[in-house]
Amino acid sequence: MKSAVIVFPGSNCDRDMAVALEKITGVKPTMVWHQDHDFDVVDFIALPGGFSYGDYLRCGAMSARSNVMKEVVKRANDGVPTLGICNGFQVLTETGLLPGALMRNAGLHFVCKDVKLSVENADTLFTADYMEGEEILVPVAHHDGNYFADDDTLDELEDEGRVAFRYLMDVNGSQRGIAGITNAKGNILGMMPHPERMIEPALGGSHGRKLFSSIMNRLG
Amino acid sequence: MKARIHVTLKNGVLDPQGKAIEHALGNLGFGGVDAARQGKYIELDLVETDRDTAYASVDEMCRKLLANTVIENYSIELE
Repeated sequence: MKSAVIVFPGSNCDRDMAVALEKITGVKPTMVWHQDHDFDVVDFIALPGGFSYGDYLRCGAMSARSNVMKEVVKRANDGVPTLGICNGFQVLTETGLLPGALMRNAGLHFVCKDVKLSVENADTLFTADYMEGEEILVPVAHHDGNYFADDDTLDELEDEGRVAFRYLMDVNGSQRGIAGITNAKGNILGMMPHPERMIEPALGGSHGRKLFSSIMNRLG
Repeated sequence: MKARIHVTLKNGVLDPQGKAIEHALGNLGFGGVDAARQGKYIELDLVETDRDTAYASVDEMCRKLLANTVIENYSIELE
């Protein structure tokens, strides 16, 4: 499985993502700079966490309009599996690939801790190795993770099984506790928690590992 | 020509920063503030001299970048 990690100025989880992908898939990912217009054909694209462009204007707003994102949007729309973690999730909503927006945490504080999630839908490209309803412990580290969408959009997400992960505790005020969602086609996942930081016991746990193994098992 | 743009959160979108401002004003002894909402103000210097063309162009800038219309409204004033 060949993967690409997109690197923006201010990304800070790009290397964590690259290490996780290399350890789990056995193949070193291509690191793609935000100014590039094109990159190698890959099976999987990851948008990492961080504070791209210093969160100027809105989190992810600048990155979503960068050169490389035009190509990412095209490929994601063509069905290439695409994962956005934390800032990557914010970028995905800013491009319109995923609905809704991520707003300032309801408690106003930066939240940095391990949180319990439930796997709401284990029948996605990204969650197939988990069990439905499985509880996992994954860290969050964000100031703007408060998921917002209008009620119709939220109902649609719920009805179509597109809520992939839900917080089992109040973390940031997200509507309906939403921690991660997929697009209608199911090839794009955005989530605030960081599975790439939980891939082996030395990191404090390995509950994030199955997310990457799910993708790998599907893509080969 | 100058364009002055106000970007505000839509009604119904929770504004935690506005809430914090409201509380801080209360703590400072300012009574009578029912609610506070925080937004953004953006000023652009435009080369364009035709108002209609300028407005159309700024409107497109707002939709494509300056505002996130999922959560925000915007208003444009030209000077």
